[in-house]
Amino acid sequence: MLNFTIRQLGVELAAKRVSSVEVARYFFQRAATLGKTLNAFITLDEEKTLAQARAADALIANGKATPLTGVPIAHKDIFCAKGWRTTCGSKMLSNFTSPYDAHVIERCNAAGAVMLGKTNMDEFAMGSSNETSFYGPVRNPWNIETVPGGSSGGSAAAIAARLAPAATGTDTGGSIRQPAALSGVCGLKPTYGVCSRYGMIAFASSLDQAGPFAKTAEDLALLLNAMAGFDARDSTSLERAPEDYTRDLAQSIKGLRIGLPKEFFAEGIAPDVARAIEQTIVEFKKLGAAVVEVSLPNMKLSVPVYYVLAPAEASSNLARYDGVRYGYRAPAYVDLIDMYKKTRAQGFGAEVKRRILIGTYMLSHGYYDAYYLKAQKLRRLIADDFVTVFKQCDVILGPTAPTTAFKIGEKTADPVQMYLSDIYTIAVNLAGLPGISIPCGFDGKGLPVGLQIIGNYFGEAKMLNIAHQYQQVTDWHTRMPPETAA
Amino acid sequence: MAFSSDDVERIAHLARIEIEPRDTEQMLAQLTGIFGLIEHMQSVNTDGVEAMAHARDVTLRLRDDKVTEPDQRVAFQEGIAPQVEAGLYLVPKVIE
Repeated sequence: MLNFTIRQLGVELAAKRVSSVEVARYFFQRAATLGKTLNAFITLDEEKTLAQARAADALIANGKATPLTGVPIAHKDIFCAKGWRTTCGSKMLSNFTSPYDAHVIERCNAAGAVMLGKTNMDEFAMGSSNETSFYGPVRNPWNIETVPGGSSGGSAAAIAARLAPAATGTDTGGSIRQPAALSGVCGLKPTYGVCSRYGMIAFASSLDQAGPFAKTAEDLALLLNAMAGFDARDSTSLERAPEDYTRDLAQSIKGLRIGLPKEFFAEGIAPDVARAIEQTIVEFKKLGAAVVEVSLPNMKLSVPVYYVLAPAEASSNLARYDGVRYGYRAPAYVDLIDMYKKTRAQGFGAEVKRRILIGTYMLSHGYYDAYYLKAQKLRRLIADDFVTVFKQCDVILGPTAPTTAFKIGEKTADPVQMYLSDIYTIAVNLAGLPGISIPCGFDGKGLPVGLQIIGNYFGEAKMLNIAHQYQQVTDWHTRMPPETAA
Repeated sequence: MAFSSDDVERIAHLARIEIEPRDTEQMLAQLTGIFGLIEHMQSVNTDGVEAMAHARDVTLRLRDDKVTEPDQRVAFQEGIAPQVEAGLYLVPKVIE
């Protein structure tokens, strides 16, 4: 059962060779033991998980199963789930039990999926290593001295260590793709607006997007089928006809035009990462794809632009944590302002405070035009670069992250170094484009390397087709961390 | 941009986050580093470029002017809000 994909689990469940309850118990046991070592989960609730599994068995018995019925899914603790503690990795929400379900949770529940628990994450999704979590860092299953990436580090580690067959995450500047790369699993950030943000705790609303984690491209497609869909409660949810993201998986990629931005292979990329990506390009050529060199000249500004826009939006979104309506309140204070200040000083961690302060400054009188407006203009230039490039190629390929997993504590003292680990992912969020990361090799230390595939708007099915075809002729996605099978 | 500990204290007040005086210097150093990164933006001329506020050019939907939310006051307060009484959120006295 350890390595079953969603598709395989579906076959076993339909044939009644295994029950949803048995599947849930098996993965719950792993999540509660190996998952504890890795600190991959913030909240587990065996009773709730098994109750959903029993309901899934009833659906299967009544012939009402979907491809996700009975499949345990680990949800990032950013998604509100009714009756579940929902912390967003913060002390601020350590006592918050959500009274409602996020749209993504509703959709997964409606498909009969079984909620395995809430995964660890960087506080309010602000981080690239999962070290800003109030609940402690997640450990990378490939080497527990290293980070799994972030912010969806718990979800990525859970897939890598086979604690769950599938998981959800969110990606504001790389928070699905970068941990997928560092943990050696598959992760997809859809086009902005494909998954509803309703009930997904807000960080930077113009960039936040939910997406799936899994072992294979096919499983990403199956989970995305459930997660995606219009929702009137998210004002930026897109009204589009439902798509079957599995529809193009089997197609040949002969004649595919792959764009390689020269900026992705410039200074800063680790030699082992560059080598793995080059070998991957060779595989794609064997599959009949053609390669064109392209350029994203403004991509170098994506990190600075992001660290104006995302903190500005965060400073506004996180104003709601004031100790009045929900969450933490400081135990002692002298008046209302003092209550706000102490509540926020005690409830937020250092990285969240830094970003709120940056954002507050950017939006304050006298700096708005010079920084916030300037960043929005540059965002346009960065997005326009992609429009130009997609006239020359069908998809863009490159590394997901400049290095493989780094040591826990290695970059915590210098925020700027940490921010630069998202250099290849942030531009995609600024433009609102879809991106995937899939495993494509290892470095000299045995740590996984991720390949990023960037598609045009609504190119998810095409990108999944490309990833799936690659996974038919390679086996990187089937590799497991050494201790996982034990 | 030059940034001082007075600035840190001013922004922290605006953001309603108490910062201990002993932490101000470290925060100043880290913010200065981040602002150094942000300064790279000034290297590109953006005259005449239209600001991009959103990932897609979305137009916000309008809905019918009807009450859609049911009253869930009790469910949203009990066990969730730090301090409530008679359906009201309690905060320290605001008016003397």
